[in-house]
Amino acid sequence: MSIAAQFKLAWPGFSLDVDLDLPGRGVTALFGHSGCGKTTLLRCIAGLERGAGRLAINGEIWQDAGVFLPTHRRPLGYVFQDARLFAHLDVGGNLDYARRRAASVNSRGDAAIVELLGLGPLLDRLPERLSGGEQQRVAIARALLSAPRLLLLDEPLAALDHARKQEILPYLERLRDELDIPVIYVSHAADEVARLVDHLVVMDGGRAVAQGPLAETLARIDLPIRLGEDAGAVFAATVAERDAEWHLARVEFDGGELWVRDSGVAVGRRVRVRILARDVSLANSRHDDVSIINLLPATVLAHAAEDHPSAILVQLRVGGTKLLARLTRRSAQRLDLAPGREVWVQIKAVALIG
Amino acid sequence: MPSLPNLTADLGAVWLTFRLATVTTVLLLLIGTPIAWWLARTRSWWKGPVGAVVALPIVLPPTVIGFYLLLLMGPDGAVGRFTEWAGIGLLPFTFWGLVVASVFYSMPFVVQPIQNAFEAIGERPLEAAATLRAAPLDAFFSVALPLAKPGFLTATILGFAHTVGEFGVVLMIGGNIPDRTRVVSVQIYDHVEALEYAQAHWLAGGMVAFSFLVLLALYTLTGRKAR
Repeated sequence: MSIAAQFKLAWPGFSLDVDLDLPGRGVTALFGHSGCGKTTLLRCIAGLERGAGRLAINGEIWQDAGVFLPTHRRPLGYVFQDARLFAHLDVGGNLDYARRRAASVNSRGDAAIVELLGLGPLLDRLPERLSGGEQQRVAIARALLSAPRLLLLDEPLAALDHARKQEILPYLERLRDELDIPVIYVSHAADEVARLVDHLVVMDGGRAVAQGPLAETLARIDLPIRLGEDAGAVFAATVAERDAEWHLARVEFDGGELWVRDSGVAVGRRVRVRILARDVSLANSRHDDVSIINLLPATVLAHAAEDHPSAILVQLRVGGTKLLARLTRRSAQRLDLAPGREVWVQIKAVALIG
Repeated sequence: MPSLPNLTADLGAVWLTFRLATVTTVLLLLIGTPIAWWLARTRSWWKGPVGAVVALPIVLPPTVIGFYLLLLMGPDGAVGRFTEWAGIGLLPFTFWGLVVASVFYSMPFVVQPIQNAFEAIGERPLEAAATLRAAPLDAFFSVALPLAKPGFLTATILGFAHTVGEFGVVLMIGGNIPDRTRVVSVQIYDHVEALEYAQAHWLAGGMVAFSFLVLLALYTLTGRKAR
C-alpha cells in the first residue's frame, strides 16, 4: 500500500522535480511556502497538469511512459481552494452530480457523508447563498460522494477566515479518523498540518526537501524552510488523569508526562500534543520556584540558526521524543549549550490538538 | 388611418423574414457554439485570424460581403460549382442562398456573446467536473452549457434581430423575388421607391417596435441575471 509519484516539469521561472514514496493510507501533507510547487504537484497527481513521470496509487498505474489516464478516468476526489461548486446547481444538485458519476458504489453510504459534513439543512440552497465554510463542506462531500480511492485537498482552509477554519477543522479531523483511503493535503499552515497530518513532505523550490512521519519531520532543524513563530514539536500522548480541582489533565508520552488544560478528553484517549519552540525555555538546573509546571530533563541534540541573528533553534531529546526550543544566542552561550549537554526544559504552554 | 392594399405581399415578406431569421439563428447556434468554444479555449496561433474573420461582418459594408458571396455561390464560384455538382443548383436568388449569406452576416453577433460566456466560465468548473469523472463532452453539456445560458440568450436574440434587420446582403444575394427572397427590409424599400409611404410606415414602424421590444427583453433578462 503506497503511492509512488515521480514528476518532472519545467515552466519559465519554475521547475518541479520530485520522487516521492508516500504511505498508501493516512493523511500526507505537502507543506511549504507559496510557490514551492505543492499545488502543482497535487495537480500532476490529479492529471490536471501533465508533467513527465510516473504515478502509481496502491499498485494502479495512473501515469507512466506511454500511459496517461485523463483526470476523469482517475478515481480521485479533489477539493479546490476555491470550492468550485457548480453555480447552476443547488447543493443537492452538486452532490448528485458526483453521485451519478461515481466510479463505484460508495462504501460508507451517501447519507452518512451528507451527515458527516452537516449538509442536511443546506441541500436546497444555491452555492451563492452559502458562506465560504459551507461551500467548502459541500465541496468535500461532493468529492467523497464520487467514491474516490485517493482524496486530494488543495489548501481547503486557506480562503477562510479564522472562525470558518475552526468550523471546518473538526469535520476534517473526523474525516481523517474515519476515511480508509489515502489523503494528500496541501498546506502552508503549520497549525493545520500539526493537527491533521500523519506524514509530512516539506517542499521548497519545486523539490521535496524532507519527508517522513509528522513528529520526526517537524522536529528537524536542518531544513531550508523556516517556520518562525510556528516552529515546534508535535507528538502523541495518552490522557492519564483529570484533576477536577484545577481543571488540568495529565498526559503521558514517550519521555515523561505533562500537565495541560483539561479540554474534556476522557482518560485513556490518545491525543496529539503540540509544543511551540517559542514556549520552551531551558535551564541548567531544576527550578521549582517558577510558575511553570511542566519541567522535564532533556539532552541537547543540535542547534541551528534562525532568521533573526539574535535567535537560535535548539533541538532536544526528552526520552524518545524530540522537542524544539527557541532561545537568544546570548542565552545559549551563557548556558553553554553544546550537543550532549543535560538541561531542564521549562514548557510554558502545551496545546492538545486533534 | 392608412389603407392596406398590399396586405398579402406585406404579410408574405413578414413571414419570409421570420422564417429566414429563425433558420439562420438555429444554424448559427449549431455552427457558432463549437467555433465560440474553440475561440474561448484555444491557445493556437489561429485564434487571432479566425476571430478576425468571424468579426469581419461588423466592419464590412454588407454590399462587400454580398458581392463576394455572390461570386462564390455563382456558376463560376467554388461553392456554386459544388452545389451544382451536388445537384442542389445555384444558391443566389433562393431562400437557402439568403440563409447562407445571413449565417455569415450574423455570425459575430452569435459567436461573440457565446465566446464571452465561455471565457467568463474559464477552466475552473471544467476541472472540477473532470475530477468528478465527467468526460469532456459530458462536462461541456452538464457544466459549460448551463453556465453559459445568459450568453446563449444574448446570442439568440442578437442573431435573430440582426438577421431581421439585414438589407444589403439580401439585396445582393437574394434580389427581390416575392415570397422567396423579398424580406421586410426590401419590401419597405420597394414601398418607398413606389412612394407608398403609408405601407412603408406600417412595416417600418413595425420594425422599430419589434427591435425595441427585442432589445428591451434582452436588457431586462440579462440585467436581471447579472444582479
